[in-house]
Amino acid sequence: MKPVFTVTEGMLPVSTSYCPGCTHGVAHRIIMETLDEMGLLGDTLGVAPIGCSVVAHQFMNVDMCEAAHGRAPAVASGIRRVHPDKVVFTYQGDGDLASIGMGEIVHAAARGEKFTTFFINNGIYGMTGGQMAPTTLIGQRSTTCVDGRTREQAGMPLKICELLATLDGPAYIERVALNSPAHIRAAKKAVRKAFEYQLAGKGFTFIEMLSICPTNWGLTPPKAMQWLEENMMAYYPLGVYRDVEKEAQ
Amino acid sequence: MSEKVLMKGNEAFAEAVIRGGARFYFGYPITPQSEIPEFMSRELPKRGGKFLQAESELGAINMAYGCGAAGGSGFISSSSPGIALMQEGMSFLCGAEVPVTLLNVSRGGPGIGSIQPGQADYNQVTRGGGNGDYRIPVFAPASIQEAVDILYECPSIADKYRNPVMVLADGLMGQMMEPVMLPEEKHALTSEEISTAKPWALSGSKKGTRSVVKSLRLQPEVLEEHVEHLFEKYAAMEKELERVEVENLEGAEVVFVAFGTMARLAREAMELLEAQGVKAGLIRPISLWPYPYGAFEQIPATAKAVISVELSMGQMLQDINLGVKGRVPVKLIHRVGGMLPTSLEVVEKTKKILEEVR
Repeated sequence: MKPVFTVTEGMLPVSTSYCPGCTHGVAHRIIMETLDEMGLLGDTLGVAPIGCSVVAHQFMNVDMCEAAHGRAPAVASGIRRVHPDKVVFTYQGDGDLASIGMGEIVHAAARGEKFTTFFINNGIYGMTGGQMAPTTLIGQRSTTCVDGRTREQAGMPLKICELLATLDGPAYIERVALNSPAHIRAAKKAVRKAFEYQLAGKGFTFIEMLSICPTNWGLTPPKAMQWLEENMMAYYPLGVYRDVEKEAQ
Repeated sequence: MSEKVLMKGNEAFAEAVIRGGARFYFGYPITPQSEIPEFMSRELPKRGGKFLQAESELGAINMAYGCGAAGGSGFISSSSPGIALMQEGMSFLCGAEVPVTLLNVSRGGPGIGSIQPGQADYNQVTRGGGNGDYRIPVFAPASIQEAVDILYECPSIADKYRNPVMVLADGLMGQMMEPVMLPEEKHALTSEEISTAKPWALSGSKKGTRSVVKSLRLQPEVLEEHVEHLFEKYAAMEKELERVEVENLEGAEVVFVAFGTMARLAREAMELLEAQGVKAGLIRPISLWPYPYGAFEQIPATAKAVISVELSMGQMLQDINLGVKGRVPVKLIHRVGGMLPTSLEVVEKTKKILEEVR
């Protein structure tokens, strides 16, 4: 009998350490499934960030290394110099990428580095216990803005896709969301496109994934999904922010 | 065939590391070592290597980490404040056991300090500014030839121990020219050879086993075991990498201790003192970690004083005292801020010290 579903070899057969309802598991799976479907698992080198997903290498079944906080794009640039023919990606959260690692990501994007960055934006520092992130929304509560973020005190949240789209280096930039089956299917298509562009040597590719953190948001997973839809998607619109193929046409 | 050529320090350093097998350079401009990234940007593409100008020293050390984790032989250079920025990365590289060759062409501090030569990075490079229990071997050559010979070995030493290795030069050595014999170029691993030569490195799991390079070990017993393992390596380095030159100790009334360019100056002072009837010797640590404490056992009974000649406020005194163990008074002759003592100044100060201790 032909199986209708098999677990991807891209994920190791272990339980993840993520909280119930966390979308890291979804993000890991669609990335790894895509690499599996493309036959690239044996040719892929990944970089894990600092944050909850520092342990991504315990779950993703490819060669991986950790990077110091925010430095994954520099690390991937070094890896890329040694292995010009492999698939290289970084997986980074919003504190890692949009705060401490802003220098590294902007310069890697500007250089048009031929790797893919998956940017997990859940608007909060998860691992350290729910502090304000550079992507925390105005009015959103965190342990360092207990009454909600204000523009006066902390300035405005950063829109990373829009910011990177001002550069000429990136080949593909898309923002997706992981809060519904339809959005997850669309996200997987974006992941595939990013890897295809990387393989074709088109340049830097970047997929932002709007994600939830039920634990630190203080919401049940279904309510967190709904909160993402109503609040995050309003400030961080989904869509393609750069596609060199389309622009060439 | 070896060839003798006249080269500027910084360019000779860079050439030596390429010949030693490094093919990847990541750098950020900083005086007095900017000739190195310039040289690498011209040379590496011609010699099968890659040059990448980093956005910062943080970028440079982390690019080198990625390169090393992927099995490449990387090289980075900087100067004192840039080295300070790289300390997080050095701790990370040690924890993750990733090799890289580092060169610090040091200048004055603290802070931005000056761009003139200094040796006030002694504590920074021998004690480390990064977090955690780790060690980095540091060599301080006193001539461009010696720097070339050591830098040529560094990629192999780094690979052998899977640890960063550093050479500490100062702005004087970077900027001066001397004739050097350049060694034969070693074979550098191709990206295809990495998976067999360095099975621990990231090269794609098609090789049969998955490689993970990491420094995080959340379980206390696992991290403890890892740190104990690192210190077994460091114990081996202490045995195998200690280097020192001892000159003229027999019957010496005064023993200078100096490294790098200050050892050359101390040597000049020794000759001037000899002409005035004062016998002086020299202990020249070549490895600053591991420090050659054992050499201090050779200090003769005739010695009235041990004098450190340094371009810092005496950062090496702690190590000298550990070697001397209180048998002889330990004194300091120093200049800082980019000022250099003359050999005559060293002679006069030495005579004054000898009057005090006699």
